[in-house]
Amino acid sequence: MPTLTPPLPALSNDEILRYSRHLIMPEVGMDGQRKLKAARVLCIGAGGLGSPLALYLTAAGVGTLGLVDFDVVDYTNLQRQILHTTADVGRKKLDSAAEKLKAINPFLNLRTFETRLTSANALDLFRDFDVVADGTDNFPTRYLVNDACVLTGKPNVYGSIFRFEGQASVFATEDGPCYRCLYPEPPPPGLVPSCAEGGVLGILPGLVGVIQATETIKLILGQGDSLAGRLLLVDALGMKFRELKLRKNPDCPVCGKNPTITQLIDYEEFCGIRGQEATAPAAGSASSATTPAGAASPQPDVPSISVDELKKKLDANEDVFILDVREPHEYQICNLNGHLIPLNDLPRRLSELDPTREIVAHCKMGGRSAKAVKFLLDSGFKNVHSLTGGVAAWADKIDPKMPKY
Amino acid sequence: MTEVQIPSPLRQYTGKQSTVTVPGKTVGDALTALVGQHPDLQRHLYNDDGKLRAFVNVYVNDEDMRYLDKEATPLTDGDTISIVPSIAGGKGIV
Repeated sequence: MPTLTPPLPALSNDEILRYSRHLIMPEVGMDGQRKLKAARVLCIGAGGLGSPLALYLTAAGVGTLGLVDFDVVDYTNLQRQILHTTADVGRKKLDSAAEKLKAINPFLNLRTFETRLTSANALDLFRDFDVVADGTDNFPTRYLVNDACVLTGKPNVYGSIFRFEGQASVFATEDGPCYRCLYPEPPPPGLVPSCAEGGVLGILPGLVGVIQATETIKLILGQGDSLAGRLLLVDALGMKFRELKLRKNPDCPVCGKNPTITQLIDYEEFCGIRGQEATAPAAGSASSATTPAGAASPQPDVPSISVDELKKKLDANEDVFILDVREPHEYQICNLNGHLIPLNDLPRRLSELDPTREIVAHCKMGGRSAKAVKFLLDSGFKNVHSLTGGVAAWADKIDPKMPKY
Repeated sequence: MTEVQIPSPLRQYTGKQSTVTVPGKTVGDALTALVGQHPDLQRHLYNDDGKLRAFVNVYVNDEDMRYLDKEATPLTDGDTISIVPSIAGGKGIV
């Protein structure tokens, strides 16, 4: 943490009253509160992790808060992104966030950056701040935030979530390890375990984001033992908090003794997802529902059928066998009356399928069904198609009463 | 015997079990036994050359095995192995 150089700003009487419960604690006191006021924290993303981060940092009296996001609030965000309300659906997250944060604390100097964080803008952005809090949701931005923090000497307050589990740490402090010391390489897109089992328990970003906010405030105050050098694992189902030792890797390509990465690189290429998606994954928005999990995983090029064509076939009573390769809990949300065999079970349940019939495989968006069709073709099936866009497209174009998820 | 903690992204390959108990005198033995019990884990833990993948970290108790003797790290009864893969965030499903 770069030391906040005196003179620290003074507190007005209104501020003194507002921060009373801080001021009467010796660990914060007037000096600590003035440090908070002087501090500039950049929060990447105004989504699941960014919500509790921004709310608590604002309430606590952090003087300058930067928010980077270019996303728009949608209904699926509301289950966890507590900065945003139902009335905000369709609004820019930054506008929604600004309204809430200013309402909580009018003393806040809020700086919003409606942009995706990129290798071209990250260093300039980070230089104007003292601490960076990483509330992103994708690997390219994780590595970008890490490297930019190392290169600018800013601590990276890290949090990450998946389903019921979270991780938190503080990276890139002066002597501490960075994210690359922990994970030198990202998983290849095909192995990112997200397709059939993404999702996140709504409170989890709350738990982890509040841990990040806590670490941020401790860094600013210079109090307590930071998570630097430790990886905190949060298991919400078991309600267990465990901690693992992190070490600075002397051979780390970015923070090691002889770094090979001395400027920002192409992080989508580094993560192996260049060119596999029409709209490049949002390196920048934390919460972008625009980059569904499996979008980054390679999709085999297989015979496909549109929802309109399928509707015609069904209306004409053609003999089409609908194979639903989603999970049983998804089938319960909505279905096309198909035969359910989750993608992972397909190899051992192949005997349930009749190779002489026309089979249309579908999932939610088309990613898993493409894999299923590839597998069936490789297994000798001839007449199989993947439903383009999955049940989501069916709900959009054919059956508006079908729920979307 | 050693208890191996399975992170949620990999539990679909262990019959939903969050811990698996395996024999083995070293971390390498224990992981081999783990993959023997749950072969679907193989491609998620190891690359085609049979090396542990770079985004899968293995801890013995609270210590990263890369800073111990890696796969040759000896195990004693009651040790816990944790597999800690990198996670990026919680997203929708495809």
